[in-house]
Amino acid sequence: MAAWLAVGTLGLAFLRRERIVASVLFPLGALLGAALFAVALSALFAPVEEAVLPIGLPGLPFHFRLDALSAFFLMVIGAAVAGVSLFAAGYFRKDQGTPPGLLCLQYHVFLAAMALVVLANDAYAFMVTWETMALSSFFLVTANDRDPEARRAGYLYLLIAHVGAIAILLCFGVLQANTGDYAFSNMRLQHLSPFWGSVAFLLALFGFGAKAGLLPLHVWLPEAHPAAPSPVSALMSGVMLKTALYGFLRVTYDLLGTQLWWWGVLALGLGLLTALFGVVFAAVQVDMKRLLAYSSIENIGLAFAAIGLSTLFSAYGMRPIAALALTAALYHVASHALFKSLLFVGTGAVLHATGERNLGRLGGLMRAMPWVAWATLVGALASAGLPPLGGFVSEWLLLQSFLFTPGLPNSFLNMLIPVVAALIALVAALAGYTMVKFFGVVFLGQPREEKLREAHDAGAWERLGMLLLVTGCIALGLAPVAFLQAIAPVTRLLLGAGLGHSAAHGTWLLVPVSVEVASYGPAIFLAGVAVSFLLAFALVRLLYHGRVRRAPPWDCGYPWQTARMQDTAEGFGQPIRQIFEPAFRMERELPSPFDRAPRYRVLIGDHFWHWIYVPVAATVERAARLVGLLQQGRISVYLLYSFLTVIGVLVWVTR
Amino acid sequence: MSGLGVFAQALEIAVALALAPLLTGWVNQCRAWLQNKSAPPLLQPYRMLHKLFHKDSVLAERASPLFRAAPYVVFGCMALACAIVPTLSTELPLSPAADAIALVGLFALARVFISLAAMDIGTSFGTLGARREMLVGFLAEPALLMVLFTASLISHSTSLTTIVDTLAHRELEIYPSLALAGVAFTIVSLAENARVPVDNPATHLELTMIHEALILEYSGRHLALIEWAAALKLFAYSCIGLALFFPWGVAQAHAPLAMLLAVPILVVKLALGGAALAFLETMSAKMRIFRVPEFLGIAFVLAVIAMLVRILLGA
Repeated sequence: MAAWLAVGTLGLAFLRRERIVASVLFPLGALLGAALFAVALSALFAPVEEAVLPIGLPGLPFHFRLDALSAFFLMVIGAAVAGVSLFAAGYFRKDQGTPPGLLCLQYHVFLAAMALVVLANDAYAFMVTWETMALSSFFLVTANDRDPEARRAGYLYLLIAHVGAIAILLCFGVLQANTGDYAFSNMRLQHLSPFWGSVAFLLALFGFGAKAGLLPLHVWLPEAHPAAPSPVSALMSGVMLKTALYGFLRVTYDLLGTQLWWWGVLALGLGLLTALFGVVFAAVQVDMKRLLAYSSIENIGLAFAAIGLSTLFSAYGMRPIAALALTAALYHVASHALFKSLLFVGTGAVLHATGERNLGRLGGLMRAMPWVAWATLVGALASAGLPPLGGFVSEWLLLQSFLFTPGLPNSFLNMLIPVVAALIALVAALAGYTMVKFFGVVFLGQPREEKLREAHDAGAWERLGMLLLVTGCIALGLAPVAFLQAIAPVTRLLLGAGLGHSAAHGTWLLVPVSVEVASYGPAIFLAGVAVSFLLAFALVRLLYHGRVRRAPPWDCGYPWQTARMQDTAEGFGQPIRQIFEPAFRMERELPSPFDRAPRYRVLIGDHFWHWIYVPVAATVERAARLVGLLQQGRISVYLLYSFLTVIGVLVWVTR
Repeated sequence: MSGLGVFAQALEIAVALALAPLLTGWVNQCRAWLQNKSAPPLLQPYRMLHKLFHKDSVLAERASPLFRAAPYVVFGCMALACAIVPTLSTELPLSPAADAIALVGLFALARVFISLAAMDIGTSFGTLGARREMLVGFLAEPALLMVLFTASLISHSTSLTTIVDTLAHRELEIYPSLALAGVAFTIVSLAENARVPVDNPATHLELTMIHEALILEYSGRHLALIEWAAALKLFAYSCIGLALFFPWGVAQAHAPLAMLLAVPILVVKLALGGAALAFLETMSAKMRIFRVPEFLGIAFVLAVIAMLVRILLGA
């Protein structure tokens, strides 16, 4: 219970220390992350703890509460932070725009705010910590403030974060139901009418969706996440998005009490659209951090889809299946936090070694940076949803919850289920495509630039951080049963049902219903592949030989290959561009046959930007110009305004 | 886990490893007959494997460890796939470790590794092959999953053994959903096994090859493992098809006799299936690579319709 306070005060303590100590403080932060993980793990099975802290405004103390849901998210935060902070210890050493001491302060304030958001037990504390989180991450995004793109990204991020925050504030306003008490404990007691409940739900979906990057509000994400320094991108993608999911879960399940079925359908539909959108856009990106940011949009979409499905089931009173879907969502939250952090810090190491984010100028780094390459491979496989890693388990659970729908009472919804399952399968398969592109173009093949041959591998701190995250990814994949034990208190808190069956079938088999129905044993699975691998290896050596001869590549006998003959990132995305053409807003520049210096260029834009944001911005600008008509800049006109106002007030008072 | 279960499991893996190249040889022979060519001997794939294992492996100078590990990973994946698909018996100790969804994941894992290995050398054909393989994969994978889901809905289970058990015990009646799923499955397995309308296993024509482009840089034992793994994949797909659509003859109880009897039944079924595959390949022409998404899209839609038919009409 005290660990989060320690993180908070630590962040403050960093204020006075400066540059040189940064490499001591970040490991300390990592240690605290690990401690937070341990404390949260024990709190998961402990009874609810509450605390009132007399900080903030007089008469408005902060309420905090540590229940299973908070503890679960704290655990995720702690685990990801431990890895990322270790990495960051080696990362922040050169000039990054903001001096390292200040960056360190912002970084730890950001961490403390995220930890406090999930602990807040009244709307006031929640909003204060939520805003602290948004502001500190804004400063981190604009750490490289000489880059106009980073400034623009930061501005967009701040804008959408605040539009979202207003919606959340309004949502809390609806939830307190005119009692004037903004404590969550009061909101739990209020029984809202279906209309006001729906209003609160929609506001929450909008507000938290804006922070999470749900479909029409996603535009800031692929701008802001790549602009930040890599450890910060890792935290924003891996952890901060999860606080939005936490808020959504808290409002929908805990504060609202009852759910309506169409809320679930809405969240499911939006989530699936977001997931499909994210993965299709990720497949055509040429900047490695943007690619990962779009992949985050995809994963958040999947988590929202799972939550929506769970809401749908819970609205119809099917508690066990709702618990299954919610477990899938939470599992996905945890595994995404780890693998996305891992992938982002991997790109950070590449960025440090090469100075390049553009996939067209990378390649062949497996030889120069084997540590980073192998660690990233684990992250990429987990992200592609492949067994036996963590990403597959959540996908598996989600598909199971689709399959064992014992018939919803609404036949239209029943019809929806296979279509939705098909879309999820498609998203998962496309994620595999995207990850092969990401890993293959960055780490495999020939180096596309000469300087890449001199790239250096990550330092000791960075390796340690990545190793920690790799361990997490593998553990999540191989020991799902142990991890389900950690999720069960959360689903029991929110839905009153948990997945208790698995425990009965030993530690190795994941069994949501019964062995006859479905089971998955990742450890046995891995052992099966590994044993056949080793047997094949040993037998081939034993019966034949292990001779190897090195020669130039064959390539159908063509000897003059250069690095430019490999497939580029654009090339790899080309089939997706062609198949999903209507999804993109493409600008093509094709050279004519007579060009002396032919150039080929494709720019991929986002429809939503032109459909929603440009018109909204134009409207705001027009309105501002109309208001501007009032500003004449002459004192006589302003006196006239005052005079008219006074007259108006007098008329109104004497009426 | 009973001794008999272990025996069934071992028998199944042994039969798969031994028979898979034979199935490939049989398909090649049938195809040659149908095309009025003189057929290669039935045992040609074994000779080929033997020859390749004897040869030195020639590795490209810049090949990374991933490139050398990939053939073993792919082989391991396919061996496990053959171990969990119930072909001879439905009492398999390994089967609970991976259900239908995990089986699809297993194929995806193998595909990702072979594609990454193809990109490793950085030749033009390797990366091209990887891109095309992933293109075929991302369309075929969800379709295959939907086909398996249709069967899962009928048997209320994603466990492969339960699916086969239920389907084998049903009365002889036609499920429209299974019929639709069967068509989808045929398309998917043609695409996944690099068969004619999508890819041609006999070609090295640069512009059209997919699978061959992926493994262009492999030689010696690595190539042998990949070829064997490809044969295992064809075997596994045939067995899935037989298990879903013609499940009769699979031993259900702890009976060694039934299991031994299941082997000749399997051989007969595979011979018929292989001949049908050769016939399909002979009757169709290779399609352009950008027609492939449409072709596989048909399979995807058919499989979804099959699920809908099952859910809404219960048929």
